[in-house]
Order: sequence, then structure tokens, then C-alpha cells
Amino acid sequence: MLNVGAIEEGFVLDHIKAGKAMTIYKDLKLDQLDCTVAIIKNAKSSKMGKKDILKVECPIDQLNMDVVGFIDHNITVNIIKNSRIIAKKKLELPKEIRNVIRCRNPRCITSIEQGLDQVFVLTDPEKEIYRCKYCEEKYHGTHNK
Amino acid sequence: MRKLKHLRHIMSPLDLTVEEMDKLMDLAADMEVNPKKYAHVCDGLKLATLFYEPSTRTRMSFESAMLNMGGSIIGFHSASSSSATKGESVADTIRVAGCFADICAMRHPKEGAPMVAAEVSPIPVINAGDGGHQHPTQTLADLMTIRTLKGRLNNLTVGICGDLKFGRTVHSLISALVRYTGIRFILISPEELRIPSYVKEEVLNPAGTPYEEVIRLEDAIPKLDILYMTRVQKERFFNEDDYVRMKDFYILDEEKMKLGGPEMYVLHPLPRVNEISVNVDKDPRAAYFKQVHYGMYMREALMYTLLELGEDQ
Repeated sequence: MLNVGAIEEGFVLDHIKAGKAMTIYKDLKLDQLDCTVAIIKNAKSSKMGKKDILKVECPIDQLNMDVVGFIDHNITVNIIKNSRIIAKKKLELPKEIRNVIRCRNPRCITSIEQGLDQVFVLTDPEKEIYRCKYCEEKYHGTHNK
Repeated sequence: MRKLKHLRHIMSPLDLTVEEMDKLMDLAADMEVNPKKYAHVCDGLKLATLFYEPSTRTRMSFESAMLNMGGSIIGFHSASSSSATKGESVADTIRVAGCFADICAMRHPKEGAPMVAAEVSPIPVINAGDGGHQHPTQTLADLMTIRTLKGRLNNLTVGICGDLKFGRTVHSLISALVRYTGIRFILISPEELRIPSYVKEEVLNPAGTPYEEVIRLEDAIPKLDILYMTRVQKERFFNEDDYVRMKDFYILDEEKMKLGGPEMYVLHPLPRVNEISVNVDKDPRAAYFKQVHYGMYMREALMYTLLELGEDQ
């Protein structure tokens, strides 16, 4: 059994689909933070068979959990303070995501306009469909689908 | 710059409710009958036509509409004659135009460009066509033409023919018409240019609007109240061969017109190339030039409304 030490303040993202931890690592921009991050791949899970876990030691207001909700809203987010779980955050599909994914429509204004954010809007919560705010192109990526 | 109580932009026909559209059509009809009443309502006001790609009808229509109301026009007619050549962003261009003008009509080859402008604009922005995306004032012209000629916007079988894949006017028209009752569509196109699945999944199906997809125009014509023809647009294709293969797929001629009823009006957003024979022009059911006429009054009514001119009276 692999042991990773407890964290003082931060997050434990549990029940990440096996193999997705690095995607979340990049999209949360954890590489840009000067904090301790543990990436646990392919941990045993009674519910999922295999799962990934991310442990991040950082102030709890520093991460944008909308990104995690977009990638997979079934991930469990445990918020840690003073080495104890103080809350379990229920993730929802964010209504809007900014600068996480890019519009792939070559005819979209986002392909040429300088300084313009890449904004996607949740247009169908049931089918989990996101569309570019500007050209309404559907997002066909593999983050959460 | 005219001070407005509510700064409002029009990006898509769905930015207007059915009631607002009906009001606009009533206003446009009044403007057509009583031009003198509106001849000076825009005295001292300016329209900026920011056209990043060439357009004849839409630009002239907006400009005529503003001139009809006594206003003036500024702007540019192609990206090459604007600061876009120097690398100026759409956002900066509208900030600048907003210092001179009171309202703006923007056409841009990139989809969503008018929305970028609207996000920072101090004046109302009207989308005058953004790539293959939306063209709300064309839809207003289409609806006004149908309502005037048929006397109603419900209980109609509407055939739409040609490029249903890239045709922005088609997507906008369908979105607007599904809000009326008793509408049925016959979608006539080659396999390659069929209506995109998202229009079916997100517009037609949720509205419960019946539609059928056919390839032969002749099969559809006898059933139609309105035949909406479209041009296969070269600028929407990345591949020249595909364009050449598709461009003459449908040609509406006198023979095919004989298959239609006495009140099956033919609309077309123009410019037409080969898809409607010039011999059809003399048929009283050919309504595409009337569409241009009504389009101007709808743009006039729209600018009048966005500039809150009626509220002064």
C-alpha cells in the first residue's frame, strides 16, 4: 500500500476516472502553483475498480472547481483544513467555463480576435452540451464525454 | 451619442420575442404607408455600417433605412478599407465607432464577431450577418414578406431549398418560424448540404415542428405555401470541387413553377446566381424583390426601436 502524507489545508479530489488525473492537473493549472501535489494513479476502488486521486496542498480559495465540474462532476471534492475534512463539495456542471477549452471552429471570431477569452456556455444540462458563446459551435472534446 | 434607457443589441432573431417581432412588423408596415411621419425622427443621429466583408443589399438596406428617417451614415465597406488591416480588434473598432455613431450594423466573416462588439459597445449593435452563423435582419425581412403576402405567419407549409448546411438565413428563419403554430417544413437539399443535426435536435424537435427532408424540388413544390430558395455560397466552402459539384443542383424555372399553387410565393435572400431562372421574375409569385423592399422597412423599424425613438412621442 502506497502512503501519501496528510495535508494541512487543501483539497483531495477523489473518484477521478482512472487516467484523468493529469488532465485535471493541467486544467487546474497546478503546474503553475508552488504547492505540494500528489497524483495517485490507478488506486483500487470498490465503486470504480480503478480510480485516480489528486491531493493538493494550497489555500482552499485558490482553485477553480468549475473546471473540475466540467471535466467530471462525479468527482468527490474533499476540502481539508487543519488536516481534517471540513466539507465535501458537490460538483455541478458549470453554466460557463472560461479559457479551459478552445473553440475549434475555424470560422469563429475567437480564432483571430486578440485578447478574447474562450468562453463556453452550458446549453443543454441534460445532455451536457457546451457551446462556444460566440459562434455556438458544439464542444466535441473528450474531457467529460 | 444618444442616451438610451436600455442598451440593447440584436445578435439573433431569437433576441426578439414573438410579440416584439409582431410589433416591429406593425411598425414597418406603418413606415411603408406613412414615410413622412418618420422622415425626421433620426435627425442628427448616425448609423455606423461596419462591414468587414462585401455586401450590397444588406448595407444599402440599412443605409436607406437610416436615410429614410433623416439620419446620416458613416462606416466602411470592406475589411481592407478599415483598421482591421492594421490589426485592430473588433472590440477596439466598435469602441471607436461608438464615439461617433448612435447605432451600428456589423457584418463580419467570422462567426460571433458582432457579439464581441456588443460586449464592449456603448451603442446598440445589430448583427448584419456573421459568417455562416446568424443574420437576424434577413429573418425579419423574410417574416415581414410572408406575413404581408400570406396574411399570417401560422399554418404554413414552408419549403426551404438549396444549401441548408451553411445557409445562415435558413437556420435563422427556421428558429424564428418554429415559434408560430401550424408550421411544417419541407427541407429540400442534396445529401451533402442537409440541415445540420443540431438544428433538428435543438430547434425543430423541441418545438415539435414536423419536417421532412427530400432531394427532389419537383416533389415538394405542390405542397408548399412558401418556397424559400437559397444560393450555394462559394465563400462557405473550403474546397472548390465541392462547390462546383453543388452549385447548380437546383434551378427553379417556369416549368417547376407550374407545379406550385397560385399563392405559393417564392422567396430568396439574394443574390441569386443560377438557382432561380430570370424567367421566373415576371411570375406574380416571385417575391424576392419584395423581400428586399420589406427588409428595408424592418431595419428601419428595428433601428427606430433600439434607439427608443417611439418613447419620445
